[in-house]
Formats: sequence, C-alpha cells, structure tokens
Amino acid sequence: MTTTTSTAPARRRDRDPGQGAVTGRLPWVLLVPALLGLGFLVLPLAGLLVRAPWSTLGTRLAEPQVLEALRLSLVTATLATAVCLLLGVPLAWLLARVTFPGRRLVRALVTVPLVLPPVVGGVALLLVFGRRGLAGQWLEAAFGITLPFTTVGVVVAEAFVAMPFLVISVEGALRAADQRFEEAAATLGASRLVIFRRVTLPLVAPGIVAGAVLCWARALGEFGATITFAGNFPGRTQTMPLAVYLALETEPEAAIVLSLVLLAVSVIILAGLRDRWVTAP
Amino acid sequence: MTLHARLVVTRPAFRLDIELHVGAGEVVALLGPNGAGKTTALRALAGLTGLSEGGHIELDGEPLHTLAVEHRPIGMVFQDYLLFPHLSALDNVAFGPRCRGASKADARRVAAELLDRVGLADKATARPRHLSGGQAQRVALARALAVRPRLLLLDEPLAALDAHTRLSVRSRLRHDLAGFDGATVLVTHDPLDAMVLADRLIVVEHGAIVQQGAPAEVARHPRTDYVARLVGLNLYRGTAAGRQIKVGEVPFNVADPLEGPAFLAFSPAAVALYRTRPDGSPRNLWQGVIEGIERHGDSVRVHLGGPIAAFADITPAALADLDLTPGRQVWVSVKATETHAYPA
Repeated sequence: MTTTTSTAPARRRDRDPGQGAVTGRLPWVLLVPALLGLGFLVLPLAGLLVRAPWSTLGTRLAEPQVLEALRLSLVTATLATAVCLLLGVPLAWLLARVTFPGRRLVRALVTVPLVLPPVVGGVALLLVFGRRGLAGQWLEAAFGITLPFTTVGVVVAEAFVAMPFLVISVEGALRAADQRFEEAAATLGASRLVIFRRVTLPLVAPGIVAGAVLCWARALGEFGATITFAGNFPGRTQTMPLAVYLALETEPEAAIVLSLVLLAVSVIILAGLRDRWVTAP
Repeated sequence: MTLHARLVVTRPAFRLDIELHVGAGEVVALLGPNGAGKTTALRALAGLTGLSEGGHIELDGEPLHTLAVEHRPIGMVFQDYLLFPHLSALDNVAFGPRCRGASKADARRVAAELLDRVGLADKATARPRHLSGGQAQRVALARALAVRPRLLLLDEPLAALDAHTRLSVRSRLRHDLAGFDGATVLVTHDPLDAMVLADRLIVVEHGAIVQQGAPAEVARHPRTDYVARLVGLNLYRGTAAGRQIKVGEVPFNVADPLEGPAFLAFSPAAVALYRTRPDGSPRNLWQGVIEGIERHGDSVRVHLGGPIAAFADITPAALADLDLTPGRQVWVSVKATETHAYPA
C-alpha cells in the first residue's frame, strides 16, 4: 500500500502532515532547489554566529550605548503593541462582525502598511504628523505636542507598521470563532458590548496573543519608518535596528553583537509561537 | 402566558410561513425533515433571524418581534448547547441573570439553585469540556431557565446525545419541561422525541405546516408521506365511496364508511404476501413487485412496487418460506379491519 487514503481523515492532523502523502523516490528537480533555498535562508544566520566576537560579547553587551538602544527598543515596541491592541482589536472586530458599505475597501486599506515600504510609511507619517503636517500643526497648536524625532514618534512609527499584523491575526481568529456562542449570549440578554467583553474576547484570546507577539516582533525590528519619522538620536529614538545599521559603518563587531541580540529575540518568539505559526495546519 | 405568532421568513428559493399558537405550560414540537424551516422558525422566535413582511410575534398580548434579541423574555437551548467553554458550569448558568442586572452574588445563587434542581450541584466548577453530553444538556437547560423566560425554545435538544443517554435524558427533560409554566417550542426531526416531549405536534415541510394535532392523533392519522414514514405507516390518498376507497386502480374495503377524498393508512405488519393468488377472504388484493428487502428490528421489511408502493413487515421464516427475491412478483393483501380511513 503506497497511500493512506481518506480512511483516517483528520487523524493527528496537527502533528503529522505527512499522512496521506505519496511515498516513492524524491524527484531531484524539487529536492535540489529545496535544499538551496534552505541553505540560502539558514547560512546568513550561521554566518552571524560564526563571526560573532564571542570572547568580547559580555563587555560589548554591557556597553551603555547598547543597553540604551536595547531598553529603548523594548519600551517602544511594547508601547506600540499596547497602542495596536487598544485600536487594532476593535478594528478587527469591526471588520469581522459588522457589515457596512466599503468594508472590503477598509480591509484592503488596513493591510496597506504590510506591503508599503516602511520608508514611505515614515514619509507619510511626517506629512501628517510633522510640525507642518495636517494633524501635526493642530497637535502642536492645541496641546504643544510634537511627534517627529521624539520617543513617542518612534512608538507611532512602529505602531503604524505593526498594527496590520495584529488586525489580520485577530480578524482571522474572530472569523474562525463560532459566532453561535455570541448568539447564545444574546438570547441570555447580553448586549453587543457585553458579548464582546465576556464571550468574544475570551474565545479569541489565543489569536490576540499570537497577533500581539507578532506585532511586537515587527515593532522591535522596525527600521525604515522609524529613521524617517523619528530620526536617529541615541537614547531618544535610536532603537536596536538603527544602532545596528549605524554600528556597521563604525564598529562592525558591535553591529554583529546587536544583531545577535535581535536574532535571539526572534528565535525566542518563534519558539513561543511554534504551535501556532511554525507547524503547518 | 400565550404565544401567538405568524412566522414569515423569505429567502431566495425558500419561504417559511407558519402560524403558531402555544398556551401557557404547553409544549409544542415542530417536527419536520431537514431543511423544512424548523430551526429558522425557532431563530425567528428568538430574534436571531428577522421576520419578513407579514410576520409578527405576540407573547402575552405584547409584541415580541419589535424587541432586540437581548430584550426578549426567552430562554433558548441550542442544538449542541453552546456552553461558553471558558466559563464553569455555574458561571454559564449565572451569565443570563448577570446580563439582566442581577448582582454577581445573586446571579450565582440563582445558578446554584438551578444546577441543584437539574441534579448537577457537584459539577458547578466544571468546565463544559469536562461534562458528558447529558450533563451539558442539563446545564444548557438550566442556563436558559435562569433568566426566568416566558418562552422556552429548544433546538434539537437531544440530537447531540448517543442513543443510550438519550433515553434517560429524554424522560428527564420531559419532567423538567412539565415544571415550566411558560410556553415551550421545541424543534426536532425525531418523532419519538416529539411524541414523548410535546403536548402537540406541528409538522412542517417546505416552510409550511402540513399537519398538527396531539401526538397520538398525528401518529394514527398521518396526512403526508413524511409523517407516515416517521410513524411507520403505509399512507395513500384516494377517493372514498361508502366502505370502499379507490387508490389509483386498486379498490380497498375499509372498516369506516367515508365519502370523497380520503386517506388510507395501514401498518406494514398488517400486510400479507403470497406467491400465488390466495383463495378466500382477503379482499384488498393486488399484485406487486419486490423492490428491496432489509432487516427491520426482529422482522424483515419488504419494499413493494407495482400499482401502489408499500412496505410489508414479515418474519424471517416467512421470507425463507416464500423464497422472496427482488424483482419477483407477489400477491399483496391487507385485511379491511387493519386499515384506517379518514377524510383528506
């Protein structure tokens, strides 16, 4: 028997995607590019590990500039994620649960920052929130707030780029969740807000967590929009990616060390999400 | 407490239009095949599906269809119960009272009382996934009753249970429903559930009511093929003249005199089969063709074609004696005393 047919559908589907696969000799036409592709993805990371100045790693990590960039990165990425959660979860709910004219257009607009070059995003933010920008003028006049080239600006840039990840993830979870639970809650007398808070949110909590982690990782790695909108001031707007880029020109070894830190963070996130994202459905 | 409703729901290629009157303490079952519109009717009562032009619902003289779902005085038990997976059994039951303004302590007290009443006091802290099907069903009923509804809606309340549990849960549910003083509408495709649980049956097919009445009445005098199949009778429509009903070309002698269009029903067990034309008394006689043979409980069910289609239940011994095989011609007869005839 060369195939296991549909006699065992859905069995251990999450653990063993090989069920039902045809066995036989592997065609080299597929195998060779597959291995090349794997190497292409893995080798640069291996290079980073090989060239890392392991002996001086400790002292370099303890340098105030590195610590400062790391701290700023963690703080801004976390704040950006909080902003995304606050605005993105209701937005995802709106897209998933409320029918309104132009919903498809809105969904398309939400995903624009996903494909937009981050630098363009930064320019756009400058045009709107810059001191002479549409909203920026008003913010400065009314509240004395200026966003560009400030730590808050970093948060704004990161949130702009990272929010689509959260919205898409949460919207997907909302669509996958059984809406009949919400109907059951309605028959028990729950208003839409109560349903959202007491039924919907708990049901899609895993999706929200996954979205938030993904969002946080994207914010942590943000470069283009940040440097365009918030600049590159150590201690104020210079996050890890910016520090890596800057260090590469002056101190390549420091760049490697900073890169290692970001790599480690990425690996930790992947490990934490492995059941959700890495394993094929 | 009474429910008066005309439920009209129009969809592309489907229209539901049924009148529903349910008295206080009465249990009415909507019975019908899949896709007949039963669940749509229930959802319309709950407000989960909007009524179309001409539809209205009145409960105790007040319009119900103008209220949003969350403001209707209803309790609903869903087909697979839909207990909130993240809440304990107690908090599931307390959810309704809480939403309707009770304090947390009061809601929990009401919930604990209800869980106690359905015999699940010891499962109060259990999450739904740790409850058996029967237990989940009782928690769902307790949750629906916790809001003190005036109209109780049950959607296939026993469909998710295995045959063994079903038996005990069914009689328990009957007991619980008897203790509810509001109007109850339940939807099922299982005639046994309907007969045991309901005071009155409403048979719905293709979005319209085809028959209604007390369970015994519906079971004795089916008016559509669907109902006849459900209750296990052969059913024909014919024209009566005195003690004779003509079904197609076949004349039947019946016990009850009738005139005009009439239904004729008889049990498959009342049908006798012969290899050769029998002599003597049986008058309701015709020649049929065997189309299929299947096991049916302790007996054998023979599907007959020919001038009129029928089912016959015979013993396995008779099957062997008669040497019946599909395609064979047989003589079919029914005693007049075993038929029911009633006006169509």
